Amino acid sequence: MSCNCGENKCSNPDNPEVNGNSRRDFLMTGLTGLAATVALAGCGTGPNPFIPEEKVALTGGKVKLLSVNGEIIEIDKAFLKPVPDMPHLSNAEERHGIAGKKFVMVIDLARCKNLRKCQSACNHMHQVHPGQNWIKVLGMEDADHAAPYWQPTTCMHCDEPPCVKVCPVDATFKRQDGIVLIDSDRCVGCRFCMAACPYSTRVFNWEEPVLTEEVAEQKYSCESSMPQKKGTVGKCDFCPDMTRKGELPHCVSACPNGVFMFGDLNQDTVSNGAETFRFSELIKDKAGYRLMEDLGTKPSVYYLPPVNRNFPYENGLENSKTDDNSYHTK
Amino acid sequence: MGNSAIIPADQITRDLLPQKFGTRGVIWTTILILTCMLGAFAYYRQLRYGLVVTNMRDYVSWGIYISNFVFFVAISLVGSLITAILRLANVHWSTPLTRIAEIIAVSAIVFAALIIIVDMGRPERFLNLALHGRIQSPIMWDVIVISTYFFISLLLLYFPLLPDLKIMIENKEKTSKWLYKLYRFQGSFWKGTKEQFRLSDKAINILCILIIPVAFSIHTVTSWLFATTYRPGWDSTNFGAYFISGAFLVGSGAVVVAMYVFRSAYKLEKYITELHFDRMGKVVVMLSLLYLYFNINEYLIPAFKMKKSEELHLEELFTGEYSKMFWFAIMVGMIIPIFVLIFKAGRKPLPMFIIGSMVVVGAWFKRYLIVTPTLLHPFLPMTNVPESFKHYFPSWEEWAIAAGSMAGVLLVITFFARIYPIIPIQETITEQTEHHENN
Repeated sequence: MSCNCGENKCSNPDNPEVNGNSRRDFLMTGLTGLAATVALAGCGTGPNPFIPEEKVALTGGKVKLLSVNGEIIEIDKAFLKPVPDMPHLSNAEERHGIAGKKFVMVIDLARCKNLRKCQSACNHMHQVHPGQNWIKVLGMEDADHAAPYWQPTTCMHCDEPPCVKVCPVDATFKRQDGIVLIDSDRCVGCRFCMAACPYSTRVFNWEEPVLTEEVAEQKYSCESSMPQKKGTVGKCDFCPDMTRKGELPHCVSACPNGVFMFGDLNQDTVSNGAETFRFSELIKDKAGYRLMEDLGTKPSVYYLPPVNRNFPYENGLENSKTDDNSYHTK
Repeated sequence: MGNSAIIPADQITRDLLPQKFGTRGVIWTTILILTCMLGAFAYYRQLRYGLVVTNMRDYVSWGIYISNFVFFVAISLVGSLITAILRLANVHWSTPLTRIAEIIAVSAIVFAALIIIVDMGRPERFLNLALHGRIQSPIMWDVIVISTYFFISLLLLYFPLLPDLKIMIENKEKTSKWLYKLYRFQGSFWKGTKEQFRLSDKAINILCILIIPVAFSIHTVTSWLFATTYRPGWDSTNFGAYFISGAFLVGSGAVVVAMYVFRSAYKLEKYITELHFDRMGKVVVMLSLLYLYFNINEYLIPAFKMKKSEELHLEELFTGEYSKMFWFAIMVGMIIPIFVLIFKAGRKPLPMFIIGSMVVVGAWFKRYLIVTPTLLHPFLPMTNVPESFKHYFPSWEEWAIAAGSMAGVLLVITFFARIYPIIPIQETITEQTEHHENN
């Protein structure tokens, strides 16, 4: 928590048009030096920049702050507002992506035992609708007599994304860092992308998303995919809001078995948090492959085959029973 | 017409002028309006709660709205067949059917567009298609060709109507005040001079040529909404031709049904004769055979190879969950019509009406089968989802909206026939005179 100074830089306490009453109000709360820094009306636009946007109910609790003049002042806690730890990106910046990066994921099938920690972390962090998942852990068996294995599937962030090809309004788009995102402010909800995606990775907000109050009030961002919006499509976004901070996507850090490795192809490095690999060597040594290579979609997600497994397949069966069988309907 | 005796022009006018609804007409219209209102109420619920009121979910993300859309686009193609193709081929017997075909085309294409808006998760963002439209998306192609088709069809409805508007303006005493005003507004500039006829004929000819590629485009592009994806059952190079042939078939079936209904409702036996049913019967047989041919291509060749991705899909259709509906659509929509209509007795009005209805019903289920089962057979297994995501049967809201949209199509046609002559008066008179002179 810190004092919200960011948005009110332009107000001038000596503005000659200041209304006497509100000036006195400020003096009474003892905030003269801080007038520019606490929850003020949108400066420069309104008729009087010194009328607070909303009535602030005082809590009685005080905090000490350093004012712009270098004095220590004490203000009520109610005036504190959380400040986002990253500067807000414009839609154009979010659509452009992080310069110089080409994100890639490696999923080691030999390490997966269907624990689904990736799934629950992803659902929790993105507030995915109950019953829906952006990450699915599929029980696969490629052929008769072939050994079954667990396959976590995320969005493949294809280099030739079929979903992007068919979108009529550029609501789903490919960034120069390789990530395929959705702009829920633009999506018209035609669901052509869902039909086009051969990996069935996309989900739809069939009803009003179930969001916490805090998230619901956030300004929408394509990078965080939050808050999700009714009548639009959602999917795994490779957590670009995390990578921008230099952190790993939620699924990667949530997996206790190090199944997911995430990194930058340009740096030829992927990491699951505990271990870091040279991407090209990992793919070469362990015969990495991509899903449905024959379709020509060129995914950014590579799989390492389930050889020398850490766990038997059967260990994961217990977790398959926990599929959420309810989709809340009105 | 044809083999019948000459009818005096003033009697033709008297017979063909629009008539007030009888009791049956009022009941019919009331039922249609009520169905539309039910559909509107269901749509209100959908707007309020979201698409959650449908039974579409993440796997079956397109349901009967989309199959209904395909159905409407298909039916609307008949306008171009009867009006344009037969006209350019110098076929004259179809003249009394042109307006029926054209109003079916206009009405169906309007509701095709509406049902797509109904299917959208965010209909209020429809303008994004203009603001952020990307030409590489088949949806944009569809928007462009469908709106073009709508305007050409509207003009093809309007231009041949002008001489009839003049006739109706002249028969002021037989119409109500506001209808008279409407006719004046739409057609008072038409004096029926040689020059006007020449211009109108020329315009109609140009439109007839223009509408053929556009008509082919609307349904080919509609088929591409599916064929541009990878999914088994959709990933087919046969799809454009398959859709077009099916579209001409269902449209012709609809025209046959409409012919029969208008003929008995307005006592038009002298104008829509048994000859028309006979010839339309032959058209339907030909189109059924054509559609059957493309169906064989569409199902038999993948079934011969049984690629893994196609296997489950085809088995569900041939012998599985959807087999009853599949064989119903094939039999009722193609095989039975062929066997009934190759006999002359099968091409009499009543059997034609029954077969026409079968073709239309079969075609609706065929569209359902094209859209839904494919979505239930994705490449990766359906797991980690609620059980309800793995099946699809439309909710009452979806049925109500689908029924409402169909009632809407019929309502537009009904009101059109109430306001305008459903058989072109002037053209009937002209053709009869020409026919008489030629003999």
